[in-house]
Amino acid sequence: MPGADASARFARANRVRQLWDSAGMLVLFLLMFGACAVFVPNFSGHRNMQALALQIMPVGIIGCTMLFCLAAGDFDLSVGSVVALSGVVGALVDQHAHSVALSIACGILAGGLVGLFNGVVIAWIGINALIATLATMQIARGLALILCNGQSVPVPDEKFIELGTATIAGIELPIWIMLGCFVFFGFLLHRTVLGRNTLAIGGNREAAKLAGIAVTRTKIIIFTMQGLIAGLAGIIESAQMNLGSPTAGDKLELAVISACVLGGVSLTGGIGTILAVIVGALIMGTVQDAMSLKDVPSFYQYVISGSILLAAVLLDRIKQRQTR
Amino acid sequence: MSHTLRIDGVSKSFPGVRALQDVSFDVLGGNIHALLGENGAGKSTLLKILAGAYQPDSGHVSLDGQACNFGSTSQALAAGIAVIYQELHLVPEMSVAENIFIGRLPATAGCVKRGRLFDATREALAALGEEIHPRTKVGSLPIAQQQMIEIAKALGRGAKVLAFDEPTSSLSSREVDRLFSIIRQLRDQGRVILYVTHRMEEVFRLCEAATVLRDGRHVCTFDSLKNVTTDEIVQRMVGRSITNIYNYSSRPTGDTTLQVRDIFGPGLSEPASLSVAKGEILGIFGLVGAGRTELLKLIYGGRRAKQGRVSVLGREARIRSPRDAIAAGIVLCPEDRKKEGIVPIRSVQENINLSCRRHFSPLGLINSRRERENARTFVGRLNVKTPSLNQPVMNLSGGNQQKVILGRWLGEKVRVMLLDEPTRGIDVGAKSEIYSIIYNLASSGIGVLVVSSELPELLGICDRILVMRQGRIVAEMPRATATSENVLQAALPVAGGE
Repeated sequence: MPGADASARFARANRVRQLWDSAGMLVLFLLMFGACAVFVPNFSGHRNMQALALQIMPVGIIGCTMLFCLAAGDFDLSVGSVVALSGVVGALVDQHAHSVALSIACGILAGGLVGLFNGVVIAWIGINALIATLATMQIARGLALILCNGQSVPVPDEKFIELGTATIAGIELPIWIMLGCFVFFGFLLHRTVLGRNTLAIGGNREAAKLAGIAVTRTKIIIFTMQGLIAGLAGIIESAQMNLGSPTAGDKLELAVISACVLGGVSLTGGIGTILAVIVGALIMGTVQDAMSLKDVPSFYQYVISGSILLAAVLLDRIKQRQTR
Repeated sequence: MSHTLRIDGVSKSFPGVRALQDVSFDVLGGNIHALLGENGAGKSTLLKILAGAYQPDSGHVSLDGQACNFGSTSQALAAGIAVIYQELHLVPEMSVAENIFIGRLPATAGCVKRGRLFDATREALAALGEEIHPRTKVGSLPIAQQQMIEIAKALGRGAKVLAFDEPTSSLSSREVDRLFSIIRQLRDQGRVILYVTHRMEEVFRLCEAATVLRDGRHVCTFDSLKNVTTDEIVQRMVGRSITNIYNYSSRPTGDTTLQVRDIFGPGLSEPASLSVAKGEILGIFGLVGAGRTELLKLIYGGRRAKQGRVSVLGREARIRSPRDAIAAGIVLCPEDRKKEGIVPIRSVQENINLSCRRHFSPLGLINSRRERENARTFVGRLNVKTPSLNQPVMNLSGGNQQKVILGRWLGEKVRVMLLDEPTRGIDVGAKSEIYSIIYNLASSGIGVLVVSSELPELLGICDRILVMRQGRIVAEMPRATATSENVLQAALPVAGGE
């Protein structure tokens, strides 16, 4: 038996590791943020902070539900197209029915339907999530283009546009919505049975099923939530741009998955926290923001963003190798 | 010529666990050397160090006086050390020939020479007394033959040291005989054979020497097993003496709690019926593939039954999924703990509360305080050895993982407990703890159904034994008349029929 002294040392090492596991990326972000504040002119100003928050908004919002998909061991490539589809649907309904509430509802519902379809195909029929959402990614994008005949749909209603521009306590509404999503989905993952079941399914699907968890139902709920939230993001984006664009949300799915992984959500399922999504989105947004403030040519921005993602995943590998 | 493997002062730590501490012993060629110890004693870690999958923190391994510092598994293989794991490392969708020659296919300019490949494969298999067409898909072969392919793969790379990790756990007794004769043949060629097992009878049947590890330390090495008894070895393994690990005593049984009538589905060859009384421990014995696991899964709803009725305490239960079974009071501890039982990366607390948390959470909100209490209760009651409730379950030993799964169910209102191979891969000490948990369950009025391929275990703990053969129940014996002879007799396939 190891001595009491030695076991105390192990316990301490364990605690340090757990802290590093849970907050390592946060510390890294804070260091990076501090460096940007010192070295990048205009970075820490109030206006830039707002711009930064707005920039990460789509990734932040959709990342909340992508977190659930990844934690359950799946992922969803269709979210970018859903953003376009629901934006177009929202704008079209607004044009014809002149009802803000109805157009918002229809836009979000359109996303929800795509999500429900994904969920049924993946969880119930058992088709691989990569293939299923690759298909719906194209289908949703195609539907968006068909609905508006390839032309962006202007949003006539001032009230609709306000959704993207109104401010509460000096902070724009989309940012409040994003913060609300963080709180809501963080609670859902960490404090509800649905959230814990999600992690169990991602950790070991078969064991979860044999332990009496309704795996199929849970997965369908997750994908439907993902669709609804992507739909919400689409509506917000169309309100911000004053139009429903069929090309909106291009490659957004990759940005969202990158942000989650950057923050430390496992691609193989079972591991994920809302903090990881927040930190991942913040790191990505900060790097991009700093690069544009520094006038880094956009060609180089691609290289840098990719390298950062790779570095984050490498870091994760090293962490895992330490664990075992 | 004979080789010698020397393990010299090897230590290895993981966060929170010291897996090996200053372990030293020699393994001589021309001997079959058993490596014994409870789960968590450090056997697997040592094997992984030999295989190059882990690097020791200190100390080293040497073969014939040459120090081996492997940075990777391929370096270990190149040096002539091969480990045959319990879970075989083969590519099921590829052919026998490709599997044996994987990584060194005979080729000119990148094109595989099929003729030479197939000839070499036939030759390699013939040396092991196997005749399998080189083009056969590995996945379509029975485990015993897959094992031979793994051995052929190792020998093809010039392995001087072969380490077997519980190779017989899913073999029939005839297949075990064949494997043993192959292992003896390899020994006679002067190779170093390290043999990890939990089955004492195998040690005495096969091995000439043995090393016992406990808590990551070297306890002793027997250079000869001639004057050593099972009790002596077990005592060294657990650090105390265990006289009778089964410790059976009869208890009163009540009315029928589980009644299964004519259940039928995939894996069975005819409808099966059985009943378990309150407080009864019913064993099901059968060779691998006899349909035991399938029967349990059908009762539990893990597989959908095509027909049949299940009732609990006289009330019919419509079971279409595990959820229905749990609601009816039937729970299952599955055969394959890693794949079907635990959620490895989640904590002990999460794993224990996986099912019963719905009782604490009427609105779907987690009640952390009650979950913690619940986990603490069962960790205490079942004596789960874990540094904390937050420890990922994968870091626990097999026996403790099993206790976590049992603890998961004890939070439910259990009427019937289905246990599939409850002590597979679990060491002697933890085994007797599991048995006493089973006795306690039965004494509290739960009907227990135990499936096991270890006959002594079933004879030791069960009140009654059913025997399955080729997908059907073929015999029933009360404890008083069940002997290993008549149970085995009933379980063996009948030649030329069925």
